[in-house]
Amino acid sequence: MLSAPEVVELYFLETRCALLDIAATLDRLDRAAETSAPGDDPRVSQLYQALELLADRATSGDRVERLLQLFSDLD
Amino acid sequence: MQIIQPHYHGIARTAQDYERMAMSGVVAVAEPAFWAGFDRLYPQTFLDYFRQISEFEPTRAAAYNIRHFCWVAVNPKEAENPELSYEVLKHMPEFFEKPTVLGVGEIGFHKTTKNEEEIFEAQLELAMRHDQLILIHTPHLQDKVRGTRRTLEILAHMKVNPDRVWLDHIEEHTIRGPLEAGYWVGFTLYPITKCSPQRAVDMLERYPRERILVNSSADWGPSDPFLLQQCVLEFRRRKHSLQAAIDVFHNNPCRFLGQNPKFDIRPIRVASL
Repeated sequence: MLSAPEVVELYFLETRCALLDIAATLDRLDRAAETSAPGDDPRVSQLYQALELLADRATSGDRVERLLQLFSDLD
Repeated sequence: MQIIQPHYHGIARTAQDYERMAMSGVVAVAEPAFWAGFDRLYPQTFLDYFRQISEFEPTRAAAYNIRHFCWVAVNPKEAENPELSYEVLKHMPEFFEKPTVLGVGEIGFHKTTKNEEEIFEAQLELAMRHDQLILIHTPHLQDKVRGTRRTLEILAHMKVNPDRVWLDHIEEHTIRGPLEAGYWVGFTLYPITKCSPQRAVDMLERYPRERILVNSSADWGPSDPFLLQQCVLEFRRRKHSLQAAIDVFHNNPCRFLGQNPKFDIRPIRVASL
């Protein structure tokens, strides 16, 4: 198992890249919404809920499971 | 669709790249001189490298009907060694006479040091004195903003003609200054550390496209020449026309590189869509 510094060293750039991709997608959505409203597509809200979860440093270490729950149809 | 790959390091790749590029529409590549992954000790090593990319590499590409052009330079990382750099610069004009050498590149900054700056300016002067096109590398990751800003200051101070300059590895946080000043800009598609095909298309949609070059700069590190084709696909699936794609991925390289008459591939128009 890797140490914390090793995790940062190994995965920082990949994570930076993933964050840039998310930012680009949200920017793209905003630009598109200037000419065509996204309506009330619940997936947009899901994305922002997911980001709120990720932004909480004090949360528990089961982020992936909770994101997958967020993106699941439970009814 | 015909594609030009304007930044490609063929010496670091296998012939299979050329074969697959040919099968996916690539008709020409341009190979800048770059860092080999280690700092070279001898100026003669550079000269043999320039011979390799100006004499031998075109024969490898030609086996797959791909035209191969190149640039010569001391790259920003090895420009940290001025003594070595000046020795190489003495011989660069000999290579400007070669039939496939298009200009001086890639030059510029790596860590934006004093030595890098001295050699950058010396190579700009050399290029202007010999009427060569100029290809500028902008730094990686956290060094990009500072290095790009200093690059623009130097170019303005030296009154370099913006029409003849291409600043490469541009991203969202560095694009506005170069475009507003009239330079050509390049997006370099890398798996992790530079620009993704999706982000490149975002910028193609947000900014005037007339001075934008897209490349995937395949080299000896983690890289993929076919991110360029992925970018073409992304562009087309966002409903841009075939002609618009040809303008970006074929005709723009023709228009920039074609300022050197050795690059004789002409822009194309689709007769009917």
